[in-house]
Amino acid sequence: MKKNYILEDLDCANCAVKIEDAVKNIEGVRECSVSFVTEKMIVEIDDEKEEEIKKQIKKIVKKIEPDTTLKEL
Amino acid sequence: MKKRLRKIIISAIIFLIAVLIEKFNFINLNENILLITQVILYVISYLIVGFEVLKKAVINIVHGEFFDENFLMGIATIGAFAIKEFPEAVAVMLFYQVGEYFQSYAVKKSRKSIASLMDIRPDYANLKVNGNIEKKSPEEVRIGDTIVVKPGEKVPLDGIVTEGNSMLDTSALTGESVPREVNINDNILSGCINLNGVLEIKVEKEFGESTVSKILDLVENATNKKAKTENFITKFSKYYTPIVVFLALIIAFIPPIITKTEMLDWVYRALTFLVVSCPCALVISVPLSFFSGIGSASKKGILVKGSNYLEILSKTEIAVFDKTGTLTKGVFDVQKIANEKDVDKNELLELATYCESYSNHPISLSIQKAYGKEIDKKRIIESKEVAGKGIISKIDNKEVACGNIKLMEILGIKNIKETDEIGTIVYVAIDKKYAGYILISDEIKEDSKKAIQDLKKAGVKKTVMLTGDNKEVAEKVNKELNLDVVYSELLPVDKVNKVEELLKNKKEESKLAFVGDGINDAPVLARADIGIAMGGLGSDAAIEAADIVIMTDEPSKIATAMKISRKTLKIVYQNISFALIVKIGVLILSAFGLASMWLAVFADVGVTVLAVLNSFRVEC
Repeated sequence: MKKNYILEDLDCANCAVKIEDAVKNIEGVRECSVSFVTEKMIVEIDDEKEEEIKKQIKKIVKKIEPDTTLKEL
Repeated sequence: MKKRLRKIIISAIIFLIAVLIEKFNFINLNENILLITQVILYVISYLIVGFEVLKKAVINIVHGEFFDENFLMGIATIGAFAIKEFPEAVAVMLFYQVGEYFQSYAVKKSRKSIASLMDIRPDYANLKVNGNIEKKSPEEVRIGDTIVVKPGEKVPLDGIVTEGNSMLDTSALTGESVPREVNINDNILSGCINLNGVLEIKVEKEFGESTVSKILDLVENATNKKAKTENFITKFSKYYTPIVVFLALIIAFIPPIITKTEMLDWVYRALTFLVVSCPCALVISVPLSFFSGIGSASKKGILVKGSNYLEILSKTEIAVFDKTGTLTKGVFDVQKIANEKDVDKNELLELATYCESYSNHPISLSIQKAYGKEIDKKRIIESKEVAGKGIISKIDNKEVACGNIKLMEILGIKNIKETDEIGTIVYVAIDKKYAGYILISDEIKEDSKKAIQDLKKAGVKKTVMLTGDNKEVAEKVNKELNLDVVYSELLPVDKVNKVEELLKNKKEESKLAFVGDGINDAPVLARADIGIAMGGLGSDAAIEAADIVIMTDEPSKIATAMKISRKTLKIVYQNISFALIVKIGVLILSAFGLASMWLAVFADVGVTVLAVLNSFRVEC
């Protein structure tokens, strides 16, 4: 399924790239794209792993950009 | 933001005091105490502005992230402290933070200004419930509900006007400044602004499916589809930082060993390298420029579904057009009524209309449209269709035959004035006597000619027209429009094949765009390097199938889109080359000991801020 997230207060373009790369490597994530300008993350994930993946994405965002909050759209 | 600014100011004041007490030494402190006071002030000033950076750096190291900008800045400044360059250390951190502040201010500003370009999201809907009006969020309104839109308000959902008439400002959707009139039973699209009358609308689509949501969704998600240039820069930056850091290590340790010179000087040069090693300016300016480009296109009624498409459009050298509905209006109109001397022109049209009135063939409809009056069906005594040839009807007491030349021949009509004019010709005979013919043809759009000329000016090398019509019609249209190549009498599948052929014969780096109306050419739109659909407003099929959607029916907008794409790419390249030249320049200077850390930090944040500002310029 496709999921949209907002990365509120995403301040650094390089971090957007790092977040994108890290999320792509989560198991069950087929596609991930982070747009720095619109602060949007679009991910394609396996349906059954939704909760687990969401947790991991949250962790990655906290790790790379502690000031950014992840919100589901 | 405010907290950050306050920290910067306090830190700057303490820094200034520290610098000044040495210069003026008003209180006549002895040298040692002076130095200690200074160092304490520098450290305080440094920590106020740099503590966050150090904290992040430590966290990142714990996570195994070494080439993070916080870490690099931390190392560079702590290194400067270590070699006793105190003012340098504080200044670098201070300017770095000032730069970051400016940068995030500029990014916020540009996010806002671009968002305001697309400020078409309605905030509320006036729902009519039992004669009362309730303000609701557009998401809560359901299909079949009635909503009221007052003058000055945005139309929140798609629907049909059931009450009232008004003028609509559609500029937010189409870029068109001329208002459009709506009356009862007209379709109305969300995102338009109601100008004068009060309208009641029966809702036909939920908010998520309404035009305004679809458009916003497309434009907001467009930057998630990244351009090649952007991907290249992100990849480049992944190598750039480690390489520069590696070079810094070499400079710090190798030359002092070889030349047996003072190591401190080389360490200073190495630290300068670290300051320049952040790829921010590069990484930030590329997506911003693309976003500006996409925003300014959408302001002109051109929807670009991804940064990648804007990039491909800028490299387009072959433009392939579908004829009907793209270069021509796709509506068939009566162009000429050629009556015989003894027949009245109006009577000819009237009888032809009555004759064809039971048919809903496009040709019949266009004759009925030209007649424009109510049809009294009682006058039609009898009507029968001769398949593939025409219609014979009895109107009042006259026998009227309308059809092609074959029908006339079957009926044995004599003295037919055959014509070779381009279009569909309906011959009319009254009581077995030839009465004249009606010429029906498609019309070329007003701006088609300009569109082709503008495209040539914008750098398109080859223009091609594809059509299912016969050769004569195609040639006649092209006499006016002057495309380079015309292929006629094509079936839908032939159109795909022609595009495939053109794709095969072109150079790899030049791109091919196909322009159609998006209704029955989805396979061709998909096959081309870039598919452009016209008249997207209100047509879900067109929006779905294409990469770029022109909201209005004007082909000249394609040249506009191309100009925007070229300008965007120009700015992207400007930013990239500017950032690279400055960074490499500073690296070379500092390798030879000619650049201070001050210069390096200016180069780093200055370039970023300039690149961000430059990306605004796309909005033309």
